[in-house]
Amino acid sequence: MTGNQKEEIRIGVFICDCGSNIAGYLTMQELVDYARTLPNVVFVQENLYTCSESGINEIKQAIPTHNLNRVVVASCTPRTHEPLFQSACEEAALNPYLFEMANIRDQCSWVHMREREKGTERAKHQIAMAVAKAARLRELSRIELGISHRAVVIGGGISGMSAAMALGNMGYEVDLVEKQEKLGGLLNSLNIVLPANEPSSRLLHDLAARISANDKIIVHTSSEVTKAEGYVGNYVVTIREKSAENRVKAGVIIVAIGARALKPEGLFGYNGKSVITHLELEALLKQGAPAAKNVVIVQCVGSRCAERTYCSRICCMTAVKNSILLKEADSRNKVTILYRDMMMYGVENEDMFRKSKELGVRYVAYDPAKLPQVGEDFVKVYHQRMGKEISIPAELVVLSTPLVAQEDAANVSSMLKVPLNENGFFLEGHVKLKPLDFATDGVYLCGSARFPATIREAVSQGLGAASRAAIVLSKEALFTSGIVADINTETCCGCLGCVDVCPYGAIRFVEEKEICQVNKVLCKGCGGCAATCPSESAKLDGFSSEQIYAQIEQAFAS
Amino acid sequence: MASKDVLIIGGGIAGMQAALDLGDMGLQAHLVEKNPSIGGKMAQLDKTFPTNDCTI
Repeated sequence: MTGNQKEEIRIGVFICDCGSNIAGYLTMQELVDYARTLPNVVFVQENLYTCSESGINEIKQAIPTHNLNRVVVASCTPRTHEPLFQSACEEAALNPYLFEMANIRDQCSWVHMREREKGTERAKHQIAMAVAKAARLRELSRIELGISHRAVVIGGGISGMSAAMALGNMGYEVDLVEKQEKLGGLLNSLNIVLPANEPSSRLLHDLAARISANDKIIVHTSSEVTKAEGYVGNYVVTIREKSAENRVKAGVIIVAIGARALKPEGLFGYNGKSVITHLELEALLKQGAPAAKNVVIVQCVGSRCAERTYCSRICCMTAVKNSILLKEADSRNKVTILYRDMMMYGVENEDMFRKSKELGVRYVAYDPAKLPQVGEDFVKVYHQRMGKEISIPAELVVLSTPLVAQEDAANVSSMLKVPLNENGFFLEGHVKLKPLDFATDGVYLCGSARFPATIREAVSQGLGAASRAAIVLSKEALFTSGIVADINTETCCGCLGCVDVCPYGAIRFVEEKEICQVNKVLCKGCGGCAATCPSESAKLDGFSSEQIYAQIEQAFAS
Repeated sequence: MASKDVLIIGGGIAGMQAALDLGDMGLQAHLVEKNPSIGGKMAQLDKTFPTNDCTI
């Protein structure tokens, strides 16, 4: 362990080929030779993949063998790999904050693919910068926090119910908050669900009964979450139930607010009577089959267009399902589906698609440049294979509209400081590696709030989010990152610049002393305050001015 | 007392994530893979869309 500044600085540099991602575009041997010449560097190693088991072991072995007290890895992005390398240092008894990374992949080999020589020079600079910073790193420590072993689930649809049920079964207390008068969300509007072939009401009642029988789950209906303060392990959530407001402590929050079906006002003659949506058709089917003998279903209404570029994905399955139900109600019914592309992935959906064709459902592809025209009791469509417009009788037209984001998604987003995408759906922490987490610790995501989901997907995401949340809830204590801001009480003049830029509300103005102060638990280490502070009173541990100036100097060194 | 260890059969991306999460919950996870190394199909891919992360 170091910390004693008089101790000799001994830096080990590990340079990663990233297979061909880096080695394919930069001259690795030159980088290795160059790194050896840098001040304080006592050991340099090239790895095929530094992040592989053998790469990690090489770091762990080199630390004691070469008496390293700083480690630099020149490879990919710290966003995905820093924690891995830091834990390798930790396992070799080196403080994890005595580690630095140079991103010679995303910031060099990928952008300079056709310039081997210049790219290699650039990577040398990046390594020199990282080494210069590493020499100035200090040990940092993490803060230990107690946690509340309780969860708040926002949204009582199938996804939120599944999440609450899973957490309740694990023994954690859950507040399940639903805006409507009863649980179930969109499932309340559905008729029969395929391929299970059962009424959605049965599915719903079973789950609702199990939830009310679980004494760990408190259901709040006609309720809303109005405020959330705090941080992972220690949130304080305000729930407004009718007119009363209650504050509950929660270690984690799960966002399961779902989505709503687009009402296609002004599209394809929508009138809610003879031209309706699938949800409206499901309501009719619940009462028995509609009287119409000729039904035309139009796909991609209000989706995959300039206004909403995405595919809502569940509408093809819904249309095929309802076409089967209409045919099964009376085989003489004529059902035509006008589509652009049928997305029926997986075994059961493909089977359903085949069955609908066997039952005589007719499929006609339409060109988005020549949209079908809905008339009084017919639909005209340009038939691409026949090369002419055809007219299909239709007493009932059903429009397949996409699920769109909830109206209050923006409120929930700003309340919890979690992002939305361009369509108003919630944006997960990482599309592949963290599909059910937000970047904000302790807040999770599931169901159609993330993207239109089938019932099965909504349930699995609910269970998955509960499982992710349980990682926090199962712990006795949490440790925050050592990278936090600190404000020098001697030099701070209380200008409030840092308070304004802090996105986490982690800095407060201490009136009696007229200075600003950081709450280290709330601080996420973004460094906004340190960059803003005119007197350099605010500093970010692990990114001090001294360290950054040393890097800048190297960046401009020849 | 009932054992709290978990056996996971298959060390592809799904099995690995399950093992990691269980390990993070403080349980002992035993990840069993038929091949000499874990990673499954994912380990055979180069980059994956839309983030362009190298899959390894």
